[in-house]
Amino acid sequence: MTRPHAATSLKTPPVLSAVGLTKSFGDFRANDAVSFSIQPGEIHALLGENGAGKSTFVKLVYGLLQPDEGQIFWQGQPVHISGPLQARQLGIGMVFQHFSLFESLSVAENIQLALPAGENLAALSDRIRAMSDAYGLAIDPNAYIHNLSVGQQQRVEVMRCLLQNPSLLIMDEPTSVLTPQETDQLFSVLRQFAENGMAVLFISHKLDEIRALTSRATVLRRGRNVGTVDTKKNSNRQLAELMVGRKIADVTRQSAPDQSKAVCVIKNLQKPKPTAFAVTLNYISFTANAGEILAIAGIAGNGQDEIMAALSGEWRPPSAGVIMLDGQDISHLGPAARRRVGLGVVPEERNGHAAIPSMSLSYNALLTNHSLGKTVQHGVIDGAATKVIAAEVIDRFDVRVPSDDPMAASLSGGNLQKFVVGREIIKSPRLLVVAQPTWGVDVGAAVSIRKSMLELAARGSAVIMISQDLEEVFAIAHKIAVLHDGCLSDVMPASNVTAEQVGILMGGAAVMEEASA
Amino acid sequence: MISMTPRKDISLQRTLVTPVVSIMMTLCVGAIIFAVLGYDPLASLYQFFIAPLSRPDQVADLFVKACPLIITATGLVFCYRANVWNIGAEGQIVMGAVCAGGVALFVPGLPDMLLMPAMILAAMVGGMAWALIPGVLKVRFNTNEILVSLMLTYVAALFIDWLVRGPWRDPQSFGFPLTKSYDEAALIQRVDVPGIGTLGQLHWGVVAALVLAFVASFVISRTLFGFQVKVMGDAPRAGAFSGFSAARTTIGVLCISGACAGVAGMVEVSANMGQLQPEVSFGYGFTAIIVAFLARLNPLGVIAAGLVIALAELGGDSAQMALGMPKVVTGVFKGILLFMLLAGETFNRFQLRISWPAFNRAPAARGR
Repeated sequence: MTRPHAATSLKTPPVLSAVGLTKSFGDFRANDAVSFSIQPGEIHALLGENGAGKSTFVKLVYGLLQPDEGQIFWQGQPVHISGPLQARQLGIGMVFQHFSLFESLSVAENIQLALPAGENLAALSDRIRAMSDAYGLAIDPNAYIHNLSVGQQQRVEVMRCLLQNPSLLIMDEPTSVLTPQETDQLFSVLRQFAENGMAVLFISHKLDEIRALTSRATVLRRGRNVGTVDTKKNSNRQLAELMVGRKIADVTRQSAPDQSKAVCVIKNLQKPKPTAFAVTLNYISFTANAGEILAIAGIAGNGQDEIMAALSGEWRPPSAGVIMLDGQDISHLGPAARRRVGLGVVPEERNGHAAIPSMSLSYNALLTNHSLGKTVQHGVIDGAATKVIAAEVIDRFDVRVPSDDPMAASLSGGNLQKFVVGREIIKSPRLLVVAQPTWGVDVGAAVSIRKSMLELAARGSAVIMISQDLEEVFAIAHKIAVLHDGCLSDVMPASNVTAEQVGILMGGAAVMEEASA
Repeated sequence: MISMTPRKDISLQRTLVTPVVSIMMTLCVGAIIFAVLGYDPLASLYQFFIAPLSRPDQVADLFVKACPLIITATGLVFCYRANVWNIGAEGQIVMGAVCAGGVALFVPGLPDMLLMPAMILAAMVGGMAWALIPGVLKVRFNTNEILVSLMLTYVAALFIDWLVRGPWRDPQSFGFPLTKSYDEAALIQRVDVPGIGTLGQLHWGVVAALVLAFVASFVISRTLFGFQVKVMGDAPRAGAFSGFSAARTTIGVLCISGACAGVAGMVEVSANMGQLQPEVSFGYGFTAIIVAFLARLNPLGVIAAGLVIALAELGGDSAQMALGMPKVVTGVFKGILLFMLLAGETFNRFQLRISWPAFNRAPAARGR
């Protein structure tokens, strides 16, 4: 591991530096004396696990939060940033993880809304075109947002910042919604910005990207700056261990059985879209085999939620024979009845979907066990039995709890995820359906969750994993299918496809045209 | 900047001390208001808090006053726990009273043994049916249950008014809007405590109300149905994932609260009135909403909250009679009591933080 750079060793004054920023929420120190600096023309990464304090830090810099202690310097001068408006006036632009664009307005109209009043739409459109040509952003100012892909929408957000001539551009997890091809395009644009002297602060937890794009990274762990490191001289593993603060074990998949038996067969699953901006599921058919992890890759919003609801039974197809589990038609069964025939489901959203934050872990265990006998007799809950299940999950899946049978809300994201995944795996379901199993989970927890899914498959269950994290897909899946705009690709053995091929399928036809243009 | 942050742990000690402090503050503020208005503060407070409790039969009457509030609020707890906003308990009370009255007055030849159970059943069906209207409309057409249930209250009030002035009026009532008096078997009897005899107006409906609250407490905290109600209220998506039906839960809690309100109406009439009259509920359905929330949606808390509200009502009556205090003043005092109790509960659950906003142009002073 290299020594941290001293920020003052560089000659030009930093665009922005922060000294000893501290921000507490109640007793929790989200940022604890964080110091940081970024030079003009530098692409600097802010790296850290979920909950390490990255978002708090950029909110302090962008004026959305005020520090309890510490000082921010802008181009060498001490400043107090009272809000986003002042941050923009100073020259700080920010692109958030979640876009704030009006779907029914055009690109130019959306941008006009963010700029000071007075510029007419035609002149603005010309400026957008000029800027778009200069950086190869390929944005048509007259296009409507709802017709644009997610990557294009992100470029609109970037454009909106650019037109305010920022000296510092902050991007919060920008690649989480992009295909590999779109990510490459974004990176080449960001490199051009840097060449023109703009500083870019790039927030991510994806190590490959950080090492490809940046030269320096500041690593946050539990609110503290644990070092600013040279990303070129450190391996992924070194960066990850700095981020987590301990050694990390490897997870590798074993080869799938040669002759595997079909556990779950989906035939012609279709669902019309309920609203104009939702997704239609188009005749989706696939088979999940015993002993295999089948990954459904794809960018969020392409039908994952719809497939999930159809598999869990929260939405039921009107016709029979669509979803078969071990030869039994379960299409018409609700979630509780499906659990009885051996289905385990882990929805993507932990809080309020997979778990009830305001209730204890034993009640959260009851949530997916009440139809299986044991926990409920004649309508009366057996409190001891639910506690036994919760304790078993906590014990076997190494869930760190602050007290005996605590509220779900008092667990960290990673620990709650271990609990909701463990809660299903412990039942040894015939079929486990998991959405984004390690989304927003720290590295250590992600490793143990992936390991437990592989073990379940090795015991002869089928696993369907819906994930947009390609690293994860290629790490543990035996087979891969790609979901795009409500259509599912063929199921391919993971060993026969590359990340690039999957990326092209993820982007659908639109990205292929752009890539070839 | 004033901010309220939820407390992580709420100590039992503080939970017990909070209402005491709230009542002390009510006494202080109340004394000031009474003094300003020219009443003797101590005498006024005596009338409010001590006079209604000075004899055993008066304590018994406090329970009688609280009875319809406890029964109705117990049912409402299910609704509000499930995030279903039934505001129309007042109308459901009336419809329960009407249906039970229909059985008492117009079903001939029922043996005395069966009359009371039949009336209870009719009251439950009546209240339930009235609560099901907003329920079915919500489930089928996604209407707002607050509006529908509230508006049905006025329909019910006009309906009973029409009945007792029109078709159901006793021809021998000298033109008063009253039905015939119920038979003896249709009346709820006073509780005859061995060795003491009857205590004030204390009747068996009060006993039933207390039992009901305990049963409801068990259902909410220990049964799968109670769990379903809480999950659908707290996290409806988790409930759907678990396999509970939102529509069935909505219908279920509305049936329970409607049935409870209906029984409350039947008990009021059979225990205290003995016949139907244009007004059978004096805002109990609305007061029960306050009782349910004062109890923090806990059925056992409903008993205590019902008694507190009943005390404020009886104390107000007593101050009006003994001191000639105007009704509006007693109303203000009741309002202060409620305000203090709810504020106390809020401070028990949240911590108040006051911080002065930083000045925009004083960066140097904000260094570390």
